[in-house]
Amino acid sequence: MIRIVLPFHLRTLAQANAEITLEVAGAVTQRSVLDALETQYPMLRGTIRDQGTQQRRPFLRFFACQEDLSHDSPDAPLPEAVASGAEPFLIVGAIAGG
Amino acid sequence: MSSVRVLVGTRKGAFILTSDGKRDKWEVSGPHFAGWEIYHLKGSPVDPNRIYASQSSGWFGQIIQRSDDGGKTWHQPGTPAGEPAAPGPPKSESNKFTYDTSAEAGKPLTTHQWYDGTQHPWEFKRVWHLEPSLSDAETVYAGVEDAALFRSTDGGKNWHELSGLRGHGTGPKWQPGAGGMCLHTIVLDPSNPERIFIAISAAGAFRTDDGGNSWKPINQGLYSKYLPNPKAEVGHCVHHVAMNPKRPGVLFMQKHWDVMRSDDAGDNWNKISGNLPTDFGFVIDIHAHEPETVYVVPIKSDSEHFPIEGKLQVFRSRSGGNEWEPLTKGLPQKDCYVNVLRDAMAVDSLDECGIYFGTTGGQVYVSSDAGDNWSAIVQNLPAVLSVEVQSLK
Repeated sequence: MIRIVLPFHLRTLAQANAEITLEVAGAVTQRSVLDALETQYPMLRGTIRDQGTQQRRPFLRFFACQEDLSHDSPDAPLPEAVASGAEPFLIVGAIAGG
Repeated sequence: MSSVRVLVGTRKGAFILTSDGKRDKWEVSGPHFAGWEIYHLKGSPVDPNRIYASQSSGWFGQIIQRSDDGGKTWHQPGTPAGEPAAPGPPKSESNKFTYDTSAEAGKPLTTHQWYDGTQHPWEFKRVWHLEPSLSDAETVYAGVEDAALFRSTDGGKNWHELSGLRGHGTGPKWQPGAGGMCLHTIVLDPSNPERIFIAISAAGAFRTDDGGNSWKPINQGLYSKYLPNPKAEVGHCVHHVAMNPKRPGVLFMQKHWDVMRSDDAGDNWNKISGNLPTDFGFVIDIHAHEPETVYVVPIKSDSEHFPIEGKLQVFRSRSGGNEWEPLTKGLPQKDCYVNVLRDAMAVDSLDECGIYFGTTGGQVYVSSDAGDNWSAIVQNLPAVLSVEVQSLK
């Protein structure tokens, strides 16, 4: 089980709680986690990654385990603590998020 | 009993203002999409309960929202309201605006002019304007930044670029204005479904006569001092274009500076600024029943985006331009330094034509007597980006 924390505006858009849990099959990476998130919440497509390029939107950051993972490869394994559900994967808007 | 529904887009959400035909008592609904920029929302003339809205954010990108019940509830097309999230392939691509780079597009265009004159890649930012079809509630056009025109024929679920506009040849000469390089105006010709007018800052006005496949600039007669060639074919900062549907060959334009008129569907333009105290401004609109009655809100200058001397004045011409009268009754006549943005004026089609406009100070004003008297429907909204009105039976 993966835990994901969304910023306020995406929470309201997805009509979701602050923290979302979902299952990810196979390797736990940024790409697989976001794919699973967008599958469960299709209204979030395009809000975290550009729908054409799949690049992280420039004013968003990815944090976990007190580290900035924003510039890691989308196919790099996420920390074991995220994969096990011990720590959440944080999607954070730059500064106050608008 | 007739009624009106005013659709207001603001920097921090959408508001819907409703009244009966008297237009003196109003109900306010909102904010919808609180905290998001709502550049524009507009109802279908075929089905007034169908409203499309552009919800966007510099952080989270572009969202298309749709209501099928007059703005009471909203959903992203393809993601029905209330449907529980479930695993499976995503159902909607309603937020996806991808520029056409296919070989079929002929000349896939990749760059336009940047502020410094160099070439810059086309980058999608947001939808500025949504224009529902005059004949089909499922068809809607979207004007976007960086400038391009998209169309959906399935109620906003999927969007496809009408790439003949960007690809017709002048695209590398287009450049962003202060608000970005936006396609902000879409005017559909009710007498000819194949004819569409659009306007871009800062490129100019364009027209298609074949349903959007091919386009040509229609800027003959425009003069812009900030261009190396002030009479250039493209590069003009057109702020808004308006048409009275009863007389589709006649267009009125508020340019960066200059108020203009065309009597031949944009082939030629003539300046009609006349006695306006300043001919800089953003909005322009036309009385629903009097095609020669035109409204503008003069703004002091391109540097000082507020009314002259702190007096908010709408100017009306009853002669199709050149001769203008100030309309001030009910509008603040001291210490008013708001702006009225390009999509923030609208007219209703009740027997006594109502005129509406919104300000960056959060006021939405109405006149139910064609501009003679004004009152504020609301006074303290977030900065108003757009105003549209639906006349309901």
